[in-house]
Amino acid sequence: MEDAYIIKQISVFSENRPGRLAAIAGALKDGDVNIFAFSIAEADGFGVVRALVDAPEKAHRILTDQGFRVSYTEVIGVKMRDEPGGLYEIATVLGDAGINIEYAYAYSGRDAAVLILRVDHVRDAIKEILSRGGDLLEASAFT
Amino acid sequence: MQVWDPRIEMMPRDELLRLQYRLLKTLVYRLYSFSEFYRRRMKDVGVHPDDIRVLEDVQKLPFMYKHDLRDNYPDTIFTASREELVRYHVSSGTTGKPTVVGYTPNDLKNWTESIARSLTACGLGRGDVIQVSYGYGLFTGGLGLHYGAERIGATVLPTSVGNTERQIELMQDLHVTAIACTPSYLLHIGEVAEKMGISIRDDTDLQRGILGAEPWSDEMRKRIQDWLGIRAYDIYGTSEISGPMFTECAEQNGIHIWGDIALTEIIDPDTGESLAPGEKGELTMTVLQKEALPMIRYRIGDITTVDDDVCACGRSHPRIMRIMGRVDDMLIIRGINVFPSQIEHALLEIPEVGRHFQIIVDRKGVLDAMLVRVEVAAEAFSDKISDLMSIRKLVEHRLKTVLNIGVDVELVEPGTLPRFEGKSKKVIDRREL
Ligand SMILES: [Zn+2]
Repeated sequence: MEDAYIIKQISVFSENRPGRLAAIAGALKDGDVNIFAFSIAEADGFGVVRALVDAPEKAHRILTDQGFRVSYTEVIGVKMRDEPGGLYEIATVLGDAGINIEYAYAYSGRDAAVLILRVDHVRDAIKEILSRGGDLLEASAFT
Repeated sequence: MQVWDPRIEMMPRDELLRLQYRLLKTLVYRLYSFSEFYRRRMKDVGVHPDDIRVLEDVQKLPFMYKHDLRDNYPDTIFTASREELVRYHVSSGTTGKPTVVGYTPNDLKNWTESIARSLTACGLGRGDVIQVSYGYGLFTGGLGLHYGAERIGATVLPTSVGNTERQIELMQDLHVTAIACTPSYLLHIGEVAEKMGISIRDDTDLQRGILGAEPWSDEMRKRIQDWLGIRAYDIYGTSEISGPMFTECAEQNGIHIWGDIALTEIIDPDTGESLAPGEKGELTMTVLQKEALPMIRYRIGDITTVDDDVCACGRSHPRIMRIMGRVDDMLIIRGINVFPSQIEHALLEIPEVGRHFQIIVDRKGVLDAMLVRVEVAAEAFSDKISDLMSIRKLVEHRLKTVLNIGVDVELVEPGTLPRFEGKSKKVIDRREL
């Protein structure tokens, strides 16, 4: 039942060169893949582009064909209440359960702000958040 | 253990050195007396055959280079008349004109004997079926191995290159026990066989590979041996010295260069000075008994070391270690010699990155800086920045260990690095010297 909350994110390796991001977005657009969220993590010389799309498999195929290094990553989307301290609360819930947040980025969902999280134990995190009254976005929201 | 010619192969070292001296002396006198080309060369450096009084005096002789053959295309430096020749081979130069080599009956006999000794040292003999998958024709590989294998009484299957599926069928049907080919072709055979549902290890009688004619590494040997369940032996030679002539023995610890066939020197590629055993330098050979085309101190251009100790197999002839690279490819970074092949071999051992790479050399202030660009392997691509940083650290560490100099590594997108061999694209030197 946790599986319904596991969102398949596309991660793409990219050099920090001008135009790489546009190339990724353009390729997905040409393939009629809708992008809901886009985030870029940069290091010295390279970066990882993370995207939530409506058709992850198709996106994977399109980008791989264009020579990109692509992988799937399982993430979860926590609906944020419109009140301060929300992020702190989530971090505490997961921290208490010994679950590490590897990265997080925000996405403006249809009805609420959503925090996308990559954690080291995704099913445990889902269980923990739901049991503590948190609100998670279902993966079907992106299809 | 079988030895093809124990009298020569097990000859005490001092006796071998005396034999080499006698052969060298005879060769130099013959060339000086009968060849305009060689006489002029010797006069140019002020050396006369009488100056060769000990074996080390070989160092007084002038070097020969590949371009000597090219400049004298096709046969003006041959020291045998056309009537005496029984074979030509031609190598298509990667740049410019081809080079032609010629053989008298004695030249072919010595070539064949050399391979016979070598194949025997690899454990081959009567009863073996040897598939020769080197090219037959102008290239020396196919015919060279062919006659050597017949000489030891093995059965030759002269498949030459190509039609891999048929090669695999014949390997099975005729119970082939050894194959002579390039290491990359053997890997290809292994892959094609798997697609056909055949395991080289379990479904064939193949036990040995005589592999060469292209650079390869000990890592590749391990991969071939573990995967195919065979013993893989390195073979060495170039058409200028006859063709493939020398292999490793069962010890797999260096290639025996038969001293009565060739006098081996390792020299500093910059100064031309002779280096001691164990020192890394350019392989240089004097072919002692060649009649049609004797090469004197021929600068082969391969970088290696030589081991002069008597081998564990009992053979007294020196061994050259694995070729580390080509002189032309050598880079000098902060005074240290670096070969792109060293980087290639190191990368093969790191599954997190691909085997393609590019080197960018720059000068920062007074110091050389070397950047190696590598592609992240599909299996290793993690979407966590920290994982990618550790891959980069790992590669930097390994390269530093292998090269003895600090190197920066850059991870690049797959497919963006040059795919083909050749220094021009693999190495970008931005230093303004
Ligand atoms: Zn040996």
